[in-house]
Amino acid sequence: MSELPAHQPADPVHELELRVNPIACDAHGVCIELLPELITADPWGYPVIRPGPVPLRLLALARRAVADCPTLALLLAERQEGRQQPDRSRARRQG
Amino acid sequence: MNLAAHRKHYGPVPLLAAGSDALITEVERAGLTGRGGATFSTGRKLRAVATANAGRGARVVVANGSESEPASSKDAVLLARSPHLVLDGIQLCAAAVGASRGYLCLGSRSPAARSVREAFAERDRAGLGGVPIEVVDAAADGYLAGQETALVSLLNGGRAVPAFVPPRPSDRGVRRQPTLVLNVETLAQVALIARYGATWFRSVGADDAPGSALVTVTGGVSRPGVREIPLGTPLGEVLRRSGLAAPAQAVLTGGYFGTWLPLPDAFRVPMSAPGLRAAGATFGAGVLAVLPASSCGLAETARVAGYLASQIADQCGPCRNGMPALAEAMNWIAFGRPDADIIGWARQLTGLITGRGACHLPDGAAVLARSALAVFSADLRAHATAGPCGRAQVAATLPIPPRSHR
Repeated sequence: MSELPAHQPADPVHELELRVNPIACDAHGVCIELLPELITADPWGYPVIRPGPVPLRLLALARRAVADCPTLALLLAERQEGRQQPDRSRARRQG
Repeated sequence: MNLAAHRKHYGPVPLLAAGSDALITEVERAGLTGRGGATFSTGRKLRAVATANAGRGARVVVANGSESEPASSKDAVLLARSPHLVLDGIQLCAAAVGASRGYLCLGSRSPAARSVREAFAERDRAGLGGVPIEVVDAAADGYLAGQETALVSLLNGGRAVPAFVPPRPSDRGVRRQPTLVLNVETLAQVALIARYGATWFRSVGADDAPGSALVTVTGGVSRPGVREIPLGTPLGEVLRRSGLAAPAQAVLTGGYFGTWLPLPDAFRVPMSAPGLRAAGATFGAGVLAVLPASSCGLAETARVAGYLASQIADQCGPCRNGMPALAEAMNWIAFGRPDADIIGWARQLTGLITGRGACHLPDGAAVLARSALAVFSADLRAHATAGPCGRAQVAATLPIPPRSHR
């Protein structure tokens, strides 16, 4: 966390976060290679996303990772606070 | 309770114009939360479905009585005793969100299925109107069938396995229509709130958890079964009323996705979502499974972990890999002589599977395993130095469904 710029809630760009659709993900690992700052591999090769908004300086790479995922399993979505809330945040594919 | 007795006891269902906001507002004021396990605000769920697609188009109501949680029997008891309350709830919610059809999903307990069939016949004979309700058997579909998106998938003709959200069922569910999925007890509570109002509902229970709830008490008690409690009742009082057979060492709260709490320390914990949350546990589906001192909590947990691993949908990589690994590690811990590596691996696995599936099954298994390693830490040390305790071979306290029911 320490090397990242401070989170600015007023800027809507900062409210985007990466999510994996775990049903679609086949552990190709493209995202892990493209974006090691935010995505690491678990013992089985599946991506682990660092929680929190995507920092502005990594946003272009994040969009690239989303676009290059062979199974379209990586999503850039509006930030969700609680996953139980039905009335908020619609994920959308970017790039 | 048959229809005549039901009407005499509860009075008529208040008439509700289709799309009326009155019931949703009343449910919001009541502060009712879902009784299926997630304890989510029912009022917000109703409103989400009512306002989806700008309030236009068809909608669906799904009553979830699948009760796939093995230690729970409250939904079957409710459906067997008061089916009309649940059916009233379906009709009221259908009117409130503007739904044109309903489904009632049932589990494997036949007494409930019979009383539900009789209730439908009675309503037909009495000429009670309302939207058509189809009864669906979700029994054969295992632990995950009770999950909201899994039910939607089943009703859409697919396997009863969870889906990735979004879209949420409230936006796009059965036949791609906004779909309200509520537990059958939640629907019965809605039927009561519609009759007697939010103030009546809030007159029992706690300020932060109003109303009453059905709980299933099982395991080391002399009077196991389902009872209705005001929310916030101290856990010890619920167990005492169920005939707590001393000495007990711990209680599993919530369900098989739940948390062990040590006894007697947990006696004062209020039985409510906020009360249990403060104690690091969950209300879940209202399960209290008492572990006698003669049982081994690690062995009980290992059996449940094995059961949960057998129930995965096989859709998500972290779960497909992590759940069998966790079950195996817990098995070593319970029935072998675990070294620091295997204990560390079990702990690491609970982190690796959390929040990484389409559904919360792996999250729940992780919570259960972590709480077992903490609450039964003395047993863990004993197993590590001397191998499994004799109690590991004691007959299981927590019921594991037979293979045919999986």
